[in-house]
Amino acid sequence: MILKAEKITRQYIRQSRNKNVFMAVKETDFTLEGGQLVEITGRSGSGKSTFLNMLAGLLAPSSGHIFVDDTDIYAMEDKERSRFRNLNMGVIPQGQTGLQSLTVLENVLIPCKMYGDEGKEEYARKLLDYVGIGELKNAYPNELSGGELRRMSIARALIQSPKILFADEPTGDLDDENTRSVLRLLRKTADNGCAVLLVTHEREAAEYADKVYRMNDGVLTM
Amino acid sequence: MRFAKELALRNMKRKPMRTAALIILAAFLAFSVFAGTMIVMSLQRGLESYQTRLGADIVAVPFEARTKGSLDSILLQGIPGYFYMDSQYYEKIKNTSGVEVATPQFYLALASAGCCSIPVQIIGFEPETDFLIQPWISQSYSGTVGDGDVIVGSDISVPLNHQLRFYDTDCNVVAQLDRTGTGLDTAVYANMNTIKQMMKNAQALGFHNFDGINADKVVSSVMIKVAEGYTIENVANDINIHVRHIEATPAKSMISGIGEGLSNVSGIIGILTVMIWILAIVILMIAFVMIANERTKEFAVLRVVGASRKMLVRILRTESALISVIGAAIGAGAGCLMIFPFTGAMRTRLGLPYLLPPAGVIIGVLIGAIAISVFAGWMTSYISARKIAGNETGLILREDA
Ligand SMILES: Nc1ncnc2c1ncn2[C@@H]1O[C@H](COP(=O)(O)OP(=O)(O)OP(=O)(O)O)[C@@H](O)[C@H]1O
Ligand SMILES: [Mg+2]
Repeated sequence: MILKAEKITRQYIRQSRNKNVFMAVKETDFTLEGGQLVEITGRSGSGKSTFLNMLAGLLAPSSGHIFVDDTDIYAMEDKERSRFRNLNMGVIPQGQTGLQSLTVLENVLIPCKMYGDEGKEEYARKLLDYVGIGELKNAYPNELSGGELRRMSIARALIQSPKILFADEPTGDLDDENTRSVLRLLRKTADNGCAVLLVTHEREAAEYADKVYRMNDGVLTM
Repeated sequence: MRFAKELALRNMKRKPMRTAALIILAAFLAFSVFAGTMIVMSLQRGLESYQTRLGADIVAVPFEARTKGSLDSILLQGIPGYFYMDSQYYEKIKNTSGVEVATPQFYLALASAGCCSIPVQIIGFEPETDFLIQPWISQSYSGTVGDGDVIVGSDISVPLNHQLRFYDTDCNVVAQLDRTGTGLDTAVYANMNTIKQMMKNAQALGFHNFDGINADKVVSSVMIKVAEGYTIENVANDINIHVRHIEATPAKSMISGIGEGLSNVSGIIGILTVMIWILAIVILMIAFVMIANERTKEFAVLRVVGASRKMLVRILRTESALISVIGAAIGAGAGCLMIFPFTGAMRTRLGLPYLLPPAGVIIGVLIGAIAISVFAGWMTSYISARKIAGNETGLILREDA
């Protein structure tokens, strides 16, 4: 699977600053291929999450198009795009994203159960073991630490074995050892043919990446 | 969809206080709709049945009736009473111009009887002229009411052998009437011969209430039907001018007094019901919207992992539907518990005719009440679901990220 962004931009209206239109991402072309791990670094507020969310189909660009294998993802109907994302895209969003009324294991299984797929329990357990929170599978999100929650959302993003993985600072709350294990997992996922986009501040990440981009005030450079 | 139901149930279980509060709210809504509608309907039905029972254009009673318990207290509230006037007044009334039919009635009160725990009113009518009681009786009894025969109201318990004894007079119960929701339900009907015999027996037994009354020469009231071409008010005035010692009143004015009281009460209850209704819907709506706002982040997460907008709407709606169905069932149940056991109390408390609608209508109202609160929950969840699903996921995700 190839993800291609053509001349995408995104602007926000900032109420606080006299209704100024603010360009968070300036015109950018971008390509992401299966088997690649591409890293984007950059200062806080430079537009990385905005960029990633646009590619993941979660935030419509102000202009430009995003194609996955020749299909314009924003031209799809909501229902179609949702199912497409469910099957092909794994997203590890920035921040804490657990459903409070479900256990860790159930949270990981949401993407399958939502479309009636019941057979993934074993795999979910394996993923949780791999990210190191296997023994927390029956706990609820409010009983977990920030790093444990982050690892839960990594397992959730991988449960459908996606073709494209978007990871927005997946190692934000993790210690060195866990950071390394997550980076290794992302590398392995790419080696298995997945296209991986990693947004991170982690210096170490460059060692695992095939390409490293830098986001500077909405401009993406190599 | 299974996922939506599972998620809804889990959300309800993990937040028991919130769930309980919402269920109570939905129950309250269903309860007020059911109970309010029921009371209003019963009052209206009671009035209707009373109007058809009274059925005369003019009612003439002796002056003393006004102090001894008036006719409508006898007929409407079931308070036994009696008053008498000389039969000659009946003859005079009959001959007044504009009177098409006039029929006498004879009242006898009975403080206690073997059949009944409550005082009983006995009403005598003249089979030849009666145009009020017989048409009604004919709904449950097709024969004639002969001497010694009685027809009883629905609240009187009839022994297996159909024999009742009033003032030493053996009576044969030939029929029992349908419920009217008025004092008439505890009344007993007999023809003139029978009731006059009862009075004579009572006098022989030494009841002083009837001292000095010659049963054969008196009646209690005269019910009048006005001929075409005459106005009721004019005929009533004519009677009042020409026949002394009695008072003729247009029946409509008697009923309209009750009708006014009734429409006041049912109007107030109706307005209250609607107000409670609106209040409960608004609170329910605010509650659901607040819950939805509190969970926007969770809904954004569902979007991230591939839920469509429609799916979010369904999840939210499932939860509100579950809550409102449970709440509505509880509320309607509570409504039944309040309405049915206290029907008698309502009647005496309001002093108005009160008659529950037939079972089919009750079930209809019950279903309607449940449907309304389920619909309210459904609507509000729809509004908040639309709101959530309308926002761009990428924007929601950033909140407090
Ligand atoms: N909804 C919004 N309305 C207005 N401005 C926004 C909105 N979302 C983002 N921005 C602005 O756009 C810019 C880019 O935001 P973005 O979240 O993409 O940054 P980032 O590079 O991911 O930062 P960080 O490393 O802190 O996560 C920021 O300056 C932010 O203030
Ligand atoms: Mg970011």
